[in-house]
Amino acid sequence: MIVADQKPIEDIRKMLKGKKKVLAIGCGTCVAVCFAGGKREVGVLSSAVRMATELEGEPVQIDETIVQRQCEKEFIEHLGDQLGEYDAVLSLGCGVGVQTLADQFPGTRILPGLNTKFMGGPTEQGVWEERCQGCGNCLLEYTGGICPISRCAKQLMNGPCGGTDEGGRCEVDPDTPCAWFNIWERMDALDIQDQLMEIQPPKDWSTSRDGGRRKIVRKDLQKPKLDEGS
Amino acid sequence: MKEISNYEPQIIAFCCMHCAYAAADLAGSSRFAYPSSLKIVAIPCTGRTDMGHILKTFEDGADGVLVAGCLEGRCHFQTGNLYARQRVEHVAELLDQIGLEGERARMINISAGMGAKFAELANEFAKTISALGPTGLKKKPASRELPLPSGKIE
Repeated sequence: MIVADQKPIEDIRKMLKGKKKVLAIGCGTCVAVCFAGGKREVGVLSSAVRMATELEGEPVQIDETIVQRQCEKEFIEHLGDQLGEYDAVLSLGCGVGVQTLADQFPGTRILPGLNTKFMGGPTEQGVWEERCQGCGNCLLEYTGGICPISRCAKQLMNGPCGGTDEGGRCEVDPDTPCAWFNIWERMDALDIQDQLMEIQPPKDWSTSRDGGRRKIVRKDLQKPKLDEGS
Repeated sequence: MKEISNYEPQIIAFCCMHCAYAAADLAGSSRFAYPSSLKIVAIPCTGRTDMGHILKTFEDGADGVLVAGCLEGRCHFQTGNLYARQRVEHVAELLDQIGLEGERARMINISAGMGAKFAELANEFAKTISALGPTGLKKKPASRELPLPSGKIE
C-alpha cells in the first residue's frame, strides 16, 4: 500500500489562510488503512483545523467527505457539482489522489493534507515500513524475497557494505536491520545461498525514475475503436 | 488564570460502564458531591473512545473532557483503557497545537468501588478547567458531511 502521514496542523493552517469554506476529502483505500486519510482521520483533522482557525479569529468552515479511491476519476467525478461552493479542497489522499483531483477539477484549488511517504506495509501494530521503490524491474527472485533497493540505505546490489554491525544492524540506524544480512540469512535457511554467487549484470535503472515519468499501456484493456466504414 | 464569576465549566466524562460509571453512581449514592455541570456519557469500554469523539465534544462546547476507565491491568477487555490513555495523550498534544490547553483532556483510572475517589478526581479536574476558563469556541451548527454516491465507507 501507499503509506502516508498527516501534515502538521500548523502547515495546514498556513495553506488554508484566507479561505472561508473548504471541503476535506478522504480516501478509503491505502491511506485509510494506514490511518492517515480515512473517514476518521478526516473527522479528526477537520475538527482540529476548525477549532484552530476559530481560535485565531479567522474561522474556516470545513465540510467532510470521503471517496473510495481518490486516484481514479470514476470515483471522484460526482464531487464536481458541489465543488463550486468551496474556496479550496483539502485532499487527504496520497499524492496520486491530490493530482487526480487537480486534473479532474482544474478550476478548484486542491491542497495536500498528507505527506506521502512510501510503498510499504505494517510490520507491527502502529508501525509501517518501506518495502518497494517501484524500480520497475523486480529482483526479489535473486535476493530471497528481500529488496535491497528499498531496505538498504545505499541500495547496494552486491552484498553488504562495511557498516553492518555484528548483530546485522545498519550503521545508518541501529533500529534498521541490514538488508544484505537478512538476505544471506534467508537464502541460507532456504539453502539457496549459492545463487548469490551468480554474476548478475548491472541493473537497468531506465525502468526506474531515471527513465522519466513512467507509463503502462495495456492495449488489451483499452477501449476498442470501431474502424470507420467497416 | 482567568477570573470568571459564576463560571461553571462544561465537562463531559466518558465513563466505562464496567468501572467509572458505577463509581460515579456510587459517589452519588454515597453523597460525595461532584460538579453538576459534569455530564456523564456511559461507554462500553474507554477503548471505544475515538479521538474524533473527544475533539467533536470540544467543538460542541465542552470546556474539558474526562475519560474514565478501569484501573490499569483490570480492563474488562484487557487493554482498552491503555489504548484510551494513548489516544487522550495524543488529543492533548493536538489541543496544544491548535491553541487549546492540553490539560483540558484527561484520562483517569478508577474501579467501580472508588466512589469517593471519582468525586475527588472530578472536583480536581473541574478546578483545573475552571482555572483555564472557557475555550473561546462558540457552539455552532455541525459541519456538513457530503453524501456518498452509493454505499458507505467506514
